[in-house]
Amino acid sequence: MYGASNFVEGVDWVFKLLFGISFFFLLLITATMIYFVVRYNRKRHPKAIQVKDSTALEITWITIPIIIVLFLFYYGYAAFQPMIWVPKNAMQVKVIARMWQYSFEYAGSKVANVLVLPLNNPVKLNLHSEDVIHGFSIPAFRVKEDVVPGKNNYMWFTPQKLGEYEIFCTAYCGVRHSYMGTKVRVVTPREFFTWLKALKVASPEPEGLVILKKNACIGCHSLDGSRLVSVTFKGLYGKTETVTTNGNERKVKVDDEYITSSIYEPDKDVVVGFSKGVMKSYKGIIKDDEIKKIIEYLKTLK
Amino acid sequence: MTGNTNLHEEPSYLIDTGKRKGIMAWLTTTDHKRIGLLYLWSIMVFFIVGGILGETMRTELFKPGQQFYGPQTYNAIFTLHGLIMIFLIVIPGLSVVFGNFVMPIMIGANDVAFPRLNLFAWYLYILGAAVVVISQFTGNGPPDTGWTFYAPYSTQTHTNVIAAVSGAFILGFSSILTGINFIVTIHRLRTPGMGFFKMPLLPWAIYATAWIQVLATPVIGITLLMIIAERMFHIGFFDPALGGDPVLYQHLFWIYSHPAVYIMILPAMGVITEIIPTFCQKQIYGYKAIAISSLAIAGVGYFVWGHHMFTSGMSKEAIWTFSLLTFLVAVPSAIKVFNWVATMYKGSIDLKPPLLYAIAFIFLFSIGGLTGLIQGALATDIQVHDTSFVVAHFHYIIFGGVGFAFLGAIHYWYPKMFGRMYNIRVANVAWGFLFIGFNLLYFPQFIIGIEGMPRRYFDYLPQFTWAQQISTIGGYILGIGFIILIVNLFRKNGAKATSNPWGGKTFEWQLPSPPPMENFATPPAVPDNPYDYD
Repeated sequence: MYGASNFVEGVDWVFKLLFGISFFFLLLITATMIYFVVRYNRKRHPKAIQVKDSTALEITWITIPIIIVLFLFYYGYAAFQPMIWVPKNAMQVKVIARMWQYSFEYAGSKVANVLVLPLNNPVKLNLHSEDVIHGFSIPAFRVKEDVVPGKNNYMWFTPQKLGEYEIFCTAYCGVRHSYMGTKVRVVTPREFFTWLKALKVASPEPEGLVILKKNACIGCHSLDGSRLVSVTFKGLYGKTETVTTNGNERKVKVDDEYITSSIYEPDKDVVVGFSKGVMKSYKGIIKDDEIKKIIEYLKTLK
Repeated sequence: MTGNTNLHEEPSYLIDTGKRKGIMAWLTTTDHKRIGLLYLWSIMVFFIVGGILGETMRTELFKPGQQFYGPQTYNAIFTLHGLIMIFLIVIPGLSVVFGNFVMPIMIGANDVAFPRLNLFAWYLYILGAAVVVISQFTGNGPPDTGWTFYAPYSTQTHTNVIAAVSGAFILGFSSILTGINFIVTIHRLRTPGMGFFKMPLLPWAIYATAWIQVLATPVIGITLLMIIAERMFHIGFFDPALGGDPVLYQHLFWIYSHPAVYIMILPAMGVITEIIPTFCQKQIYGYKAIAISSLAIAGVGYFVWGHHMFTSGMSKEAIWTFSLLTFLVAVPSAIKVFNWVATMYKGSIDLKPPLLYAIAFIFLFSIGGLTGLIQGALATDIQVHDTSFVVAHFHYIIFGGVGFAFLGAIHYWYPKMFGRMYNIRVANVAWGFLFIGFNLLYFPQFIIGIEGMPRRYFDYLPQFTWAQQISTIGGYILGIGFIILIVNLFRKNGAKATSNPWGGKTFEWQLPSPPPMENFATPPAVPDNPYDYD
């Protein structure tokens, strides 16, 4: 019976060892305390008997824990060490993390939102963050590594069981941190190559979208009509929205001027049903010509 | 200093004898006992706020999806909960309350070395707390970084990080000043004849703690200033977009914040070391081992910070070194546990509320410590890092350990502080609620943590619901326990306390309850053994 990845067996063995030892000591300490409380209760044992310190006993219970923890350290390290050394034949996939989505870039710039992997084939994930620190975690595989901007962190493993497993973001990264998950799907090599062949090469993104992604706009403003933290960008341009300006509600048509003011002074006109104070001003961060590109892109989101 | 005045005729420290009366007398006091109580009241107020915030999070997490507030609010609330609990409650915690109230008495001193500095530190504490409160209501909304302020999120988020960071910075100064004060007090004001190894063990623990406060706190001060510099002037320390390194922040942060865990737990261990001999009427077993293990924890504790960063991409050499040192720092804690249990052997054990809390402390702290081994071991840490397993682990240490020790300390010194008793039976009932509620609240988080449930999650997958619901129910039981406890301690109908209701041997039990403003009219006689029950 194999684990879902090549690390499961080793890691779980250390878990069992540590739980065994922990449970033994917890039981020993607790049972001894309860026994003493009952046996030497003041009603039964009104006069305490003073006991002299025993150096031999002190040395014993200093030495035994030292020996035990050195062993535990060794076993913890021994099962961890293989996670560092990547086999040469590992397939490379680039994990791109941004607020609040993972995407996976395969050879030939093919990009997917779900990690699909062939069974029994070692894979190395190169972890790349476009904004803040994320934590790439696949609990079923017993692997986890932070995705640190500016660093070339990585992880590797060999999937050993067909199936679908959860991927989480474990490093707190902002408002939609708990929704930044996706799945890893382990398939037969044949299925994998069919899937990879059908996967589209990521077409160069429109400039406006690149700017939106760079500034993490799409973390709160969805592109597909779903409601995230704020209004969706889909079909926004040209629409008439009800906004609150200085406490008064009014209708406004979403045009170039409104979009510019929403980026520079987000709290001036807030769409009814959404909160003030959530978005910062991008004055000095997004420039005028970039806003033009954003508007061109928004016009295409029908 | 009038020589042979009868102590019992001196008015108690609770009675205003100076020029100022009432609240002004308290706000201008330099008496260590009154300052201890000022801290006690402030900590209690903050604890109620932090606890209510925690209960709202548990309610929100009762079911998957949004119940009654959204993710941004949730993130702000867990940030504030952490800030309050860590910086305003457990870091100062036992040290400022009981270090102030009983430590000087235990060493036969009439006050700390710098009484006015002591009061100033309390004002800094209140100022720091006020700035943290202000950060919630000003700027672009309450900070949403978590109490750890990890960069580059903390240098990029538009929320009001600078104010919160400034608050923590001020609190750091309060901590440093208290540390210096206690170190000097213990060096200079021990009563004639009291050598270091004739001191009771709470002063020993406070002493070790004070050194960490003085040596480690400046690091967090500098780190917090670096965040402010990066946010305000775009000086790149941590944000790679500005040429900085995010992992550098984590190193700097944990160089302080890991020793800070020992700032929290060492005085707690000191309190347990006082409670157990009294209620067993036995000399503490392994006095020297306990005293020196405090220093060992303080010393080795400086060099284990990297175990918070095993998944950050540190070099493998750093990773195994920190793992090894982390295992070694477990040993002095284990030694203390063995000595406490051994002290109970052949004692005459009176299971009063303080001892109940001490026993609960040993049980909960053992679970916290043993689950710490799972995080110290590299293979298993990778699985549980940044999951609710960690949340459960540090609540077992900080709440089950420090928190229960604090409650034990209150029940132990309450008659000394206020001169009257509380209802023992009600106190036992409150203890039962707290103990059961606590375990229901945090134990399930170990299990789903191993299964992968990440921490700081506003929403979760349906397979984790069962554990979240048990936790929430446990949280409510815990809340009820606190209500019973507080009501019991505030009812003013308890019997008048004698000077030594528990049969303790340390100096505070030789003074009347409550003690007079000037503790000792004549220096107390120093026994060879502070726990001489023969």
